Amino acid sequence: MTLRLDGVSKEFAPGTPVLADLDLTIAPGEFVCVVGASGSGKSTLLSLVAGLTPPTTGRVLLDGEEVTGPGPERGLVFQTPSLYPWRSVARNVAFGLESLGVPRARREERVGRLLEEVGLASLAAALPGRLSGGQQQRVAIARALACSPRVLLLDEPFGALDVQTKEDMQLLIRQVWQDVATTVIMVTHDVEEAIFLGQRVLVLSCDPGRIARDLVVGLPRARSLEDKRSTEFLALRAEVEDLVRAEHRAHQARV
Amino acid sequence: MSGQAAAPVVAKEAAPVSEPRPGRRIRLLNSAVPARRVWVLRALSVLGPLAAWWALSASGLVNPTFLPSPAAVWAAGTDMAASGTLWTDLTASLGRIGLGFVLAVLISVPLGFTMGALPWAQALLEPVIGLLRYLPASAFIPLLIIWLGIGEASKVALLVLGVVFFNTLMTADVVRQVPRRLLEVSATLGAGRLRVASRVVFPYALPGMIDAMRVNAAAAWNFVVVAELIAATSGLGYRITRAQRFLQTDRIFAILVVIGLIGLTIDVTLRLLRTRVGRWTA
Repeated sequence: MTLRLDGVSKEFAPGTPVLADLDLTIAPGEFVCVVGASGSGKSTLLSLVAGLTPPTTGRVLLDGEEVTGPGPERGLVFQTPSLYPWRSVARNVAFGLESLGVPRARREERVGRLLEEVGLASLAAALPGRLSGGQQQRVAIARALACSPRVLLLDEPFGALDVQTKEDMQLLIRQVWQDVATTVIMVTHDVEEAIFLGQRVLVLSCDPGRIARDLVVGLPRARSLEDKRSTEFLALRAEVEDLVRAEHRAHQARV
Repeated sequence: MSGQAAAPVVAKEAAPVSEPRPGRRIRLLNSAVPARRVWVLRALSVLGPLAAWWALSASGLVNPTFLPSPAAVWAAGTDMAASGTLWTDLTASLGRIGLGFVLAVLISVPLGFTMGALPWAQALLEPVIGLLRYLPASAFIPLLIIWLGIGEASKVALLVLGVVFFNTLMTADVVRQVPRRLLEVSATLGAGRLRVASRVVFPYALPGMIDAMRVNAAAAWNFVVVAELIAATSGLGYRITRAQRFLQTDRIFAILVVIGLIGLTIDVTLRLLRTRVGRWTA
């Protein structure tokens, strides 16, 4: 699937655009990370792709077809897991399949495989309230994957986790991306995370949000946590951090 | 680190008076109470007033016609139970609350759910229900008697009127509290509006809706007795007015105790239901 943003801008209040003139093409199977200072409209960008809010001008196109509302081919994971607290882990993952009318036997088989993939098979019957933050986020990822989305949208999914859990989740999401071969767009404020995970990093500017830089991460496709210390990695990280910092300063100066 | 090590020295020299005493413990406002003490306090809460009542009537300071002794009230209660009037009155009152409360729930829950889920329904209904809620249901008794007579209909109508508006608004509030993120995620999982309403909003709001019912069941029970006090030929409220005519305060007290016990039973039942349905909220 190819995702295209065609002259997209978004205003919540007239005259103050959050995002302006976004032209962007994302190829099938790409892992794109979006970074930017707060107020750059990163999350709004995901909402537009998810179809939760319509663009003020321009169009969001998925394989040439205009996005007009939310749908199961675009899975979404928020920073707060937003699970169904009364449903067990397995039934949370099954929610989308129930909506799509998948028969019970195939549903259970698929849920079982997904829980295996995110390492939660032993907790299938547990209620979300019993899980740690990282485990809850794994359920949310499995739930989004259940509908076989063509794009997986991640909105700062690891922002509320401790450092070790976060690294585990980064490795998990890389593994998942390679296993299911879906397109991933991930918003994060963590530049290191963006470079470690993304094949491509978009840096957004502020007031209004525009694409300030579109970087290709020239690291090998197979990455390990040690790569975070390589000279290449650190140079790229410094470059992106400088850009984000400059945007943040400019934003502060305006307000 | 170095600052921490230096701190006691500085404190000793500069301000020995303001240094907090090491033995002083600060307790949280809502610190936990041991389970046994909780049960002692609960027993005290019931037995304390009972003992005070017993002591007051035994002291002879109050005319027993005005304040009968616990023993006299017990005797009056068993007397009514033996003659069978207590049971006919009880079933009459319970039948009214059963019918009226079920009707009120059947009206208010769908209405409140719609208001909470759809902003246009909220805009359409909230002003009128918000206003009607402030009209005291008891003030409608004369009108209800004119419209519906003094039979069952007017009593059930009073109960419905007294409960339905409150329960509608409280249900709407609970439904509105479903997190927006949860609704958005559900939409991206392929669930349409009806499915989100039935599979997400309803289960999420159910424990809160039962809480609202529990609060309003108390009001419903009050309204049954009020309705029976004014115009009835059976029921616990009716029995109170009968007893008043003959200055049988012991019977009035006995009926009040029964009313209280029934109320407690309703409350505990709904509380158990709430715990069962809302296990996941714990």
